[in-house]
Amino acid sequence: MPALPVSRRQILQISSLLLASTALPALLAAQQAPAGGRLVVAADSEPKNLNPAIVASNGVFFIASKVIEPLAEASFDGKDGLQPRLATAWEGSGDGLRITFKLREGVTWHDGKPFTSADVAFSALNVWKPLQNLGRIVFANLEAVDTPDDHTAVFRFSKPTPIQLIRNALPVVSSVIPKHLYEGTDIATNPANVKLVGTGPFTFAEHKPGEYYRLVRNEKYWGKDQPSLDEIIFRVLPDRAGAGAALEAEEIQLAAFSAVPLADLDRISKVPGLKIVSRGYEALTYQLVVEINHRRKELADPKVRQAIAHAIDRNFVVDTIFLGYASASTGPVPKNAPEFYDADVPSYAFDTQKAEALLDEAGYKRGSDGIRFTLKLRPAPYFNETRQFGDYLRQALAAVGIDAQIVNADSAAHQKAVYTDHDFDLAVAPPVFRGDPAISTTILVQSGTPAGVPFSNQGGYANSALDAIIAKAATTIDSGERTKLYNEFQKIVATDLPLINVAEWGFISVASDRVLNIADNPRWAVSNWATTALQP
Amino acid sequence: MNRSLRLIRRRLLTSIPALLIVIILTFLLLETAPGDAVDAYLLSIGGGDAGVAASLRQAYGLDQSLTARLWLYLTALARLDLGWSTAFERPVIDLIAERLPNTLALMGSATALSFALGSTLGIIAGAKPESIKDIMLSTISLILYAIPSFWLGLLLSLLFAVQLRWLPTSGIETIASGKTGLYRLMDIARHLILPVGALTLIYTALFLRVMRAGMVEAWKLDFVLFARAKGLSRTRLLLRHVARNAALPLITMLGLQAAAMLGGSVVIESIFAIPGFGRLAQEAVTGRDAPLLMGIILVSAVLVVTVNLLVDLVQAAFDPRIGASEASS
Repeated sequence: MPALPVSRRQILQISSLLLASTALPALLAAQQAPAGGRLVVAADSEPKNLNPAIVASNGVFFIASKVIEPLAEASFDGKDGLQPRLATAWEGSGDGLRITFKLREGVTWHDGKPFTSADVAFSALNVWKPLQNLGRIVFANLEAVDTPDDHTAVFRFSKPTPIQLIRNALPVVSSVIPKHLYEGTDIATNPANVKLVGTGPFTFAEHKPGEYYRLVRNEKYWGKDQPSLDEIIFRVLPDRAGAGAALEAEEIQLAAFSAVPLADLDRISKVPGLKIVSRGYEALTYQLVVEINHRRKELADPKVRQAIAHAIDRNFVVDTIFLGYASASTGPVPKNAPEFYDADVPSYAFDTQKAEALLDEAGYKRGSDGIRFTLKLRPAPYFNETRQFGDYLRQALAAVGIDAQIVNADSAAHQKAVYTDHDFDLAVAPPVFRGDPAISTTILVQSGTPAGVPFSNQGGYANSALDAIIAKAATTIDSGERTKLYNEFQKIVATDLPLINVAEWGFISVASDRVLNIADNPRWAVSNWATTALQP
Repeated sequence: MNRSLRLIRRRLLTSIPALLIVIILTFLLLETAPGDAVDAYLLSIGGGDAGVAASLRQAYGLDQSLTARLWLYLTALARLDLGWSTAFERPVIDLIAERLPNTLALMGSATALSFALGSTLGIIAGAKPESIKDIMLSTISLILYAIPSFWLGLLLSLLFAVQLRWLPTSGIETIASGKTGLYRLMDIARHLILPVGALTLIYTALFLRVMRAGMVEAWKLDFVLFARAKGLSRTRLLLRHVARNAALPLITMLGLQAAAMLGGSVVIESIFAIPGFGRLAQEAVTGRDAPLLMGIILVSAVLVVTVNLLVDLVQAAFDPRIGASEASS
């Protein structure tokens, strides 16, 4: 961010001070609150594989992150935006071929065995790299892990690998599992994938399918005086109205990940004893994106894509669909990633006249029926907001003479149609920005991904200049240089519009006033909850 | 041979090809649905590359042809093996054994209650057609029948669980309570009051209206006139003659309703977070989990066949004409 006179560190310090000032009363209360208690939380799904080392997804982390820990967790104020967990320090070599991790001493697994560098080496080489959905990308060039002693692990890469990428990815890709339970077994079907054994502040007690998960306090946790809670129960509530009612009836104390729909928040906020918290999701930013099939002649024309961008009123989307709990996007990197975010990119103000002029210029005049051309629009069914935006987009496009016909499908059918069969002209998708553009963002516009890969560029867009920048950034060791490449990346995406970024949002937690220390890190909902406490 | 036994034998023989057709049709139907179990899973975990997809397809056996998979399924089924659920990574039989009792408890009590309540109210309404009692009962029941179950369920939950706090909002029992024996049964019963109540309110109308309609018809028949002439008391006439005649279609209705209730529980099970059969079926379809869905449909089909057989036997006991032609062959 060359344009800013203050550094990212300073911004973080200021923002963390601001955060700390609002959190002060809660922190004081936390000291007074006696430790213990059972926290009951709403859960909307039961992942069949709960092992975060294999499945790095928010649905898995929500439950598993309390049991199995990563090398480092995201932090509002820590160095590099991280706070140490199983690793206490990390350092990259100048050539980008080695990263040395110092590991925490005196940590034991829940079954009593000591945690050592052998567990990290096993997890990295046998699980993260070959099996994990995100680790396969981040650790693609990991060649070996040396373990000179029990508390040092040296990752060796076959090609220069940016320490910036590995650091940013650590909270998501580095969950460590015990070698002694997995070695020599079929890792994918190991029983420990559902009955977790980790080093975290809570141990896995039981799962009653269709009803709840129960985690209990790990008495031997390495964190001093942690955790505060005795027990966490994740209660399965598949119906969205159910979570709100259970909160009001005081049967549960917390509903995270917007389990209470946005439309109910206004009513819930008036219930005494309940609070609405929109922090704690800063490192899990979801992006509302219009995916474009560039195989369509009309959409291959940049003027038409610009016209569509001008036809969308981003503020209306934020205010009406997200009820203000979102912000308008300027490009493929969200504002919540200040390390990479670049505001200095072409923008597309809401202007239907300009959109119409661009469409006329491109040669697609309105016909006698007022229609320029017809498109097939597929909104992803995963969120209320993606479906609602589909309805809005249809109306917004109709206003400039494009007839978009909505095709609704369930998740599996949507995935097949868009990402395998390419049977769409426009699609609405909610990809996630995971702390670094190389993890799950560049794949949205890069060419060459085979069909069948969800949340990737399946619109047939190919831009060799953009591909070259992505490839260069993947092996650029210097963090400043690498950040500059991603600034360039943002400019090209915002100029050429391989897809259109509309809005970005985090989730909302609704909690009882008795729940303390929530949202104390940017991945709070999927972090270990060692400090979370409950007032009696 | 006894008439009932012959009826049972005949029914069992005809149900085997019916079940086979159900299996093959379900298999084909699921095949035509776009997207497979791997597509559904990849989305649920936020994506994965082509290598992950390919290895999963291999692990699920989805890389084999349709006929190979169908044959594999049928041969396993012949050994009474319902297979492996890909959406849950557990044996299908375990999942069904876990969920079915909840649904049977929910549906069984709702059906029994609405049958008892509906037929009693139907007799009251049909005792004197067009009376004030009849008009009131018919109107109220029609209104209840017209209410969608999810709305009624939410409303009951808001009133009794959120506002009054008399009952729990959802679940089948208090989570991790450690209750056992009678206390646990009472806890489950407390949790079932609202969902069973919602279903009963809706289904009572159905039985009430069938019973009432049957009674209205029966009053017009000649034997009623004869019984009156014979000097039978009104109560005896009403219960032993009119109501008994009107009850036959009610029992048929009960058989049909048993099938409808297995499927109709999805909504109520979701709202009240009851881990039941309906919700399992919904999860099987969303996850494109063929073995699980087949298991669910198969078990449902067996249940429906059994219930209808029981209904036939009861009817045969009520009315000697029923089953006579079938049983004589």
